[in-house]
Formats: sequence, C-alpha cells, structure tokens
Amino acid sequence: MKFIDEYQDNKLAQGLARKIAKRSTKTIRLMEFCGGHTHAILRYGIRQLVPKTIELRSGPGCPVCVTATADLDKAIALAKLPGVAITTFGDMIRVPGSYSSLQKAKAEGADVRIVYSTIDAVEIAKANPGKSVIFIGIGFETTAPTIAASILKAQQEKIENFYVLSLNKLTPPVMKALLDSGEIKLDGIIGPGHVSVIIGSHPYEFIPRDYGVACVISGFEPLDILLCIDKLVEQIEKGEPKVEIAYPRGVKPEGNRKAWQLMEDVFEIDEANWRGIGIVPQSGLKIRRKYERFDADKAFSVSLKPPREPKGCRCGDVIRGAATPLECKLFRKVCTPERPVGPCMVSSEGACAAYYQYGTTENLQDF
Amino acid sequence: MYYGLTWAKIRETMCLAIPVKIVSIDGDEAETEIAGVRRRVSIALTPEAKLGDYVLLHTGYAIGVIDEAEAEETLKLLEELASLSEVH
Repeated sequence: MKFIDEYQDNKLAQGLARKIAKRSTKTIRLMEFCGGHTHAILRYGIRQLVPKTIELRSGPGCPVCVTATADLDKAIALAKLPGVAITTFGDMIRVPGSYSSLQKAKAEGADVRIVYSTIDAVEIAKANPGKSVIFIGIGFETTAPTIAASILKAQQEKIENFYVLSLNKLTPPVMKALLDSGEIKLDGIIGPGHVSVIIGSHPYEFIPRDYGVACVISGFEPLDILLCIDKLVEQIEKGEPKVEIAYPRGVKPEGNRKAWQLMEDVFEIDEANWRGIGIVPQSGLKIRRKYERFDADKAFSVSLKPPREPKGCRCGDVIRGAATPLECKLFRKVCTPERPVGPCMVSSEGACAAYYQYGTTENLQDF
Repeated sequence: MYYGLTWAKIRETMCLAIPVKIVSIDGDEAETEIAGVRRRVSIALTPEAKLGDYVLLHTGYAIGVIDEAEAEETLKLLEELASLSEVH
C-alpha cells in the first residue's frame, strides 16, 4: 500500500538503526506522546533496534486512557437516562468506571452503540427522532474537528436530538503540565503525527524554548519513528533542541487551517480533567454558547457519586510516564485485555495493552 | 490490510489515520480506496483534496492531504542516512 509499505523496509531500518547507534553517545530518555507510537514501537521491535542508552517512555496520548473516571461515570449515568442512546468509539464501552461501565449499562438495557465516526452518530440521531442521541466526544486535536463537523452538520440539517458530551483534550497544554511537574526528566519528545496534521508544528515551540527539550514530530511507520529518533538524537548530541517535522508528507508547520477553523467555531478552550494528572488549565474543549443546544452537559443533568479509582491500578502513573506497565503489580496477572482493570489495558492505544500484546517473557525485560 | 487490521479493528483505533486514495468526489464526500477496499468519507476538513490525491483518513474524515513530493524527499533522506551508516 502506497505511503505505508515503503516506510517499513527492513534493510533501511537496520541502516538507520546503525546510524542512530553511531550518533548517540549520551544516555537519554525520550517520550512518545502518542499511544499509536507506543504500539508501533513495540510491534516493530524499535526498542531492540536502538541502543539501550535510549529509553523510550510512553506518554499520555491515549484518549480513552486519559478520560477521567468522573467523566466516564457521567457518560454511564447519561446512558441510564430514559430515551437516551449513547454513541461512542469502541474502546470506551469496556473501560470500568467507578461503579459500572458502558458495556454493563448496555447489558442492563441501556441503548449504547459503537460508532466508527461522528457521521454515524448523526445518522443514528436522524433515524431515531424519538431518542436523544449523545455522542461521547473523546479525543485530541485529531478527532475534535470531526466532532465539530458533526455539530455543524446537525445544526445545518436541524437535527434536534443530537448532543455531544465534550471531553476533548488538547496536546500542548498537557505536555506543558508534564514538563512543569518535573516528575520525570525528558530529553526529547516524539511528537504526535496525526494531532500535528491538524495543529501543525508551531504550538510545540515552547518545548525547546522554555524547557530545553527536543521535539520531533513523527509518522507511524517504523522508518518514520527511526528517522524521528535519529533527529532527536542529533539535536540532543549537539545541545540544540528545536521543533522539527520528521513526517512532512502529513504535517505542515501551519497544520490544517480548515480543521482549526471548524474547531474554533464550535469550541472554546477550557480546563479539562485528566486521569492521573488532574485538572489541567486550558487543556480541554467546551462547546461554545452559540451551539449549546447540542451540549449534553447543558441539556441533561445527572447526579453522580464521588468517583472511585480501581484499586492497585497504576494507569495514572503510566499516563504521566512515571511508571511503565511492568511496574504495575496487576499487569498480566490480574489485569489482562479480557479482564481489564484500567483503561490503559482496554484501549487499543493504551500502553498496557501494547506491552501485553507484543511483550513476551523473553523480550519484556528489554522494554 | 494495514497493520493486519480489518475495518472492524480500525473502528476501534481512533487515533489511527491511514492513507487512502480518492477515486471520486461528490460535494464534501469522496469515495476512497485502500487495498481494494472502498469507503465513502467526508472531505469537509480537506476542501483542497482532488481526485487521485491520497488523504489521511481518520474516523470517517480526511484530515489531511498527503504531500507526495515530501514523501519522496523523506524516502531519499532515509536511503541516504541508511547508506551513510554502511560507508563510514
């Protein structure tokens, strides 16, 4: 497949890995922000290809994982309201909330439907005028414009039973929060490729400027990631951190202006609650007043008990990069994809799911 | 399929965006193709997309048009970097 196969060439990967090994003299720690990168890194054995002195640490870039338990509880409570149909991306339904999950609510009779796209959610609303159809709006900047587009479509087509629970989150503010906390020391960040298709590279400028940390935006094929690591190592070795794009076939410095425009029209920036991190100022998207009739937060009210985190689950630490899944006592013993305790094991972008899927007893020690 | 995934699996992988080729355009929708599989997608976020372009498909929307010249450049750079490691 074009733009995929040519970036998976094994010989080039070996050559690039040798190049990285030659360049690299320092012991460094890089964080891949995006869960998609974590999966690609483990799937293609990139940790085994690069020198052991380069540590790759998984970050908070998994939309399902970072959804706070309190927000998940709200989604579940909404599902239980009479006349409501919940539409959501697949991973969300299996994540355990404090007292239930969307899947359990569905088993108990709630109308919960998995959709691939917000387009499907709007269609469901159209086809079911007697129901209030709520889309659980999770995701980063990659997904937020598609949610904005669904609200605009519902407005245009006068669909009055479509709502969005906006739990969208923004990438640069949480990177800032992690760097500010100083909990883990980072030398470089593998920037999220598809978030950056939308936002471009400029919003990351503060990372090298204020924190002296290198930042290179990467694609998702193995050669893309190796090229990104090579550029990060080069910057770190020279002591010249900056923002670079190692995925120029997808990412332009200015991003996708049209998508930005839609996002800005529909949403305003607000604080957001992140699992494992807490409230991060200016890191979320709230539906603007002019579209408030689509805002599930305004249209419905539910009473919630205080959230409870799953006992022993270190998802929060894994999200911050403060622990690897291997440091969690539940990993592979109690917590498995069949019986996940926390969202990092549920989501196809979660770090625990990646370690579980690609790790064997032999190679896990290298992770 | 990409990553050995089926559409069912792609549905679950929300941050994934895959390159698909535009084979026809109808307003702000387009028919796209990857590995013989066709799918109708929204091009509302990429009004500049043209017939024959490859776009990055994410949850039913094209979120960006692939820059083919840049793709070529990256491949050249990769080959250069990989071969440099053999010579020196």
